Amino acid sequence: MSETKVDIQDLNLTRKDFVPGNEVRWCPGCGDYSVLANMQKTLPVMGVKKENYAFVSGIGCSSRFPYYMDTYGFHSIHGRAPAIASGVKLANPELAVWVITGDGDGFSIGGNHMIHALRRNIDMNIMLFNNRIYGLTKGQYSPTSLLGAKTKSSPFGSIDRPFNPSAVALGANATFISRALDVDAKGLQESIKRAQRHKGAAFIEVYQNCIIFNDGEFADVENKSTRPDNALFVVHGEPMIFGKEQDKGIIMKDNHPKVVHLGQEWSEEDLLVHDETNPIITNLLLEMTFDHNNPTPFGVLRAVDAPSYDDMMVEQIKEVTKVKGKGTLEDLFYSGDVWEVK
Amino acid sequence: MAKKVISINEATIRFAGDSGDGMQLTGTRFTEATAIVGNDLKTIPNYPSEIRAPLGTLAGVSAFQLMFGSQRVFTPGDLPDTLVAMNPAALKVHLRDLKKGGTILANSNAFTTKNLKMAGWETNPLEDGSLEGFTVFSIEMSRLVKIALESSDLTSKGIERTKNMFALGVLFWMYNRPIEPTEEWLRKKFESNPSIAEANITAMKTGFNYGETTEIFTTSYAVEKADLPKGKYRNITGNVAVAYGLVTAAEKAGKELFLGSYPITPASEILHTLSSLRNHGVKTFQAEDEIAGIASAIGASYAGDLAVTTTSGPGMALKTEAIGLAIITELPLVIVNVQRGGPSTGMPTKMEQSDLLQAVHGRNSDAQIPVIAAKDPADCFECAFEAARVAMKYMTPVILLSDGYLGQGSGPWQIPDPKKLPKIEVNHPDSSDRGEDGFMPYSRDENEARPWAIPGTEGLEHRIGGLEKENITGMVSQDPDNHQLMTDIRARKVENIKQEIPPSEIHGDSKGKLLVVGWGSTHGAIHVAIDRARAKGLSVSQLHLRWVSPFPSDIKAICDEFDEILIPEVNSGQLAMLLKGELAREIHQLNIVRGEPFRASEIEEKINEILG
Repeated sequence: MSETKVDIQDLNLTRKDFVPGNEVRWCPGCGDYSVLANMQKTLPVMGVKKENYAFVSGIGCSSRFPYYMDTYGFHSIHGRAPAIASGVKLANPELAVWVITGDGDGFSIGGNHMIHALRRNIDMNIMLFNNRIYGLTKGQYSPTSLLGAKTKSSPFGSIDRPFNPSAVALGANATFISRALDVDAKGLQESIKRAQRHKGAAFIEVYQNCIIFNDGEFADVENKSTRPDNALFVVHGEPMIFGKEQDKGIIMKDNHPKVVHLGQEWSEEDLLVHDETNPIITNLLLEMTFDHNNPTPFGVLRAVDAPSYDDMMVEQIKEVTKVKGKGTLEDLFYSGDVWEVK
Repeated sequence: MAKKVISINEATIRFAGDSGDGMQLTGTRFTEATAIVGNDLKTIPNYPSEIRAPLGTLAGVSAFQLMFGSQRVFTPGDLPDTLVAMNPAALKVHLRDLKKGGTILANSNAFTTKNLKMAGWETNPLEDGSLEGFTVFSIEMSRLVKIALESSDLTSKGIERTKNMFALGVLFWMYNRPIEPTEEWLRKKFESNPSIAEANITAMKTGFNYGETTEIFTTSYAVEKADLPKGKYRNITGNVAVAYGLVTAAEKAGKELFLGSYPITPASEILHTLSSLRNHGVKTFQAEDEIAGIASAIGASYAGDLAVTTTSGPGMALKTEAIGLAIITELPLVIVNVQRGGPSTGMPTKMEQSDLLQAVHGRNSDAQIPVIAAKDPADCFECAFEAARVAMKYMTPVILLSDGYLGQGSGPWQIPDPKKLPKIEVNHPDSSDRGEDGFMPYSRDENEARPWAIPGTEGLEHRIGGLEKENITGMVSQDPDNHQLMTDIRARKVENIKQEIPPSEIHGDSKGKLLVVGWGSTHGAIHVAIDRARAKGLSVSQLHLRWVSPFPSDIKAICDEFDEILIPEVNSGQLAMLLKGELAREIHQLNIVRGEPFRASEIEEKINEILG
């Protein structure tokens, strides 16, 4: 059983329906605003009733998100959102469950819940706001901060090797992984739509700029003028092309991805073609993340079908009930050796 | 020669052997046969935390004790009348507990030089006269099953394994118990391997016939049916009773049951039991850790299930922050702690009552929570039901305290009529409850409970969370007066639960010299001690608390009628500390922490000391 899809026209939802009356309190210029706006724009067209959305978050700047969505929302405790969301979904598989988390919440204190939620493939969408810094506690390095990052708690540079969250998701055998940029509305909306439609645990990593404590962390891909040469937007079934003039592509050379210029020596036919169902391609893209010789990949990096935990639980209950018959209290109480005192 | 049958009122038997000897199973089968005969009984397992400690060592000894009788039985017995010792280590560990003049049944084949040495016996106690004063039946159990199973296709190791069934057969003869139920049980258990079933049955019958025919046994014992209230009974452990109570509460509330749990001794049987009940619609979620266990349950509660998490002390410690979340979000949740010896990993398989203060106070900030404690295995059913009912009525998490002795020990359970069990009223608001200014998730009913609005309900979209909320509206609020108000409301909600507690029952007179106050699994030992002391003419009564937070409203008035108060606890004085605060008076304490329940005699001695 999954969310009941309803005709979008019948729902007649608009962005406004998802905007509550309260004031949004992120710092002016924070990347979170764009993610929120794109979420509010996208959800009305997903064919899900508004009351069937439930947003669960942990602790951190991004975890205030549920307060700014006029849906059911649960702002919980640090790191535990995937576990709480698992319970929400299993209690009511009809719900469309979203987890909003950050790099500290989701990959430090809550890393365990994150990998297990992904591994189990419970039908929920986990959106990670990765700004590579602790914002709410005012600027300490996070488990995604790069080596050498100078922060309040690493004044001489971080010696803490970072996670590549999407690669962790792949390691946890997540069935859906996409990466988006806070400033890229089109990419965000595409990720949100695809995640919401995906049956199973969907992981979205959003590169999000913290204007106060880590401004410019993703400048090479956020800046409109440098983005085309530094970001690779992958599309399933299409060759990996990027660059201002769409003149660059990725080939496989000596078992490594390599940038080539299209033209005389190389043509589109030589390029790697994205296949979101092939973990080798996903892994190759993820390996490009920290590699300065390659662009940073964005888009749906992986999407495969696999049975979801919630479906299997519903199915198992049905199956066992069919075999054993619907259990009654009478059956239960008398299931041992019974004797009577007269 | 006809053998004598002596009628006795009660007996206590302890089965002891190596952890691989199947003592828990042997004890359980004896218990089932005893239950079917109609005796009242209580059992307690006592086993090491290692699955298979090195063979023959003192650390590897596993034991199971039961007391059964023709009268009401409140404890598994203090000191055994009969000790079954399958090897020298078992004898070494348990001999000190055996009653003077008690009976020993030993497998003499296991008393080899090597085993004797490992157990620390310099010479063989079965032969050197050191067991003088006891009645010793030294039986070559291993050899006898080997002969009996000569034609079996089992390996010699497999044959050796049936010796526990031989011992069981002897005991069945000795105490006049039927062997048929165990025969049936063995056939069912080893359905896919009939030769194992038959070998065990042969071993058991060989033991039974050995008692009947050999001349070393002259006497067997009969224990008449107990005078239990009329009705149907089955034997039940506390852990299974908790599971059944929860399933019942869910059904009576029209809710689906969700368990989020992580395996931990001695609570895992609740998870096992519930996970087998898929056809009752039970959803069990074996989480990645203790925190996810409770967190998933909180999520399920938010989404409208009757949600439960089960654990033991170390797991409670991990769940602490999440319990605070359940308190501030005012969501119903049942948290079961089957207590064990601590601190830290402590003694996983041993009982203790030392998580009381953790349950009542162990959280950051002012975070009151109702705490209910079961007094015996069957009572675990009622307490689980009650915990769930109160949680949903008052929109609060509730802690149910059990312990390793209750959870894994057993006793007869008078099976209730499912139709006569009360319904649990649960109201979920719907879109008609949305006022002009929108839905108010922190509005209050007559008990100050907030509405349980579940996701999926049109028009009631709202946000909850761990940040302090404004009363009524549920908006995030850091307002000082609101925080005061919400802190007071949360405390009052727990206080209001006093109205759920019926007038306290006193065992004995309602006034007198000494009142023994207890909680949890000490009930049976205190009860027996009180009966013995009263029989000697002492002025002593018993008050046993089911709710330890809040205290029943009549607790002070009751205590005021007694000159002295004694609290025996298997901890260092935790209820005493709480009750001293409530009553502002001196309290006698009896605190023993050995990982075992009290012996009635220990409490009796303390009563004598105070009143002496």
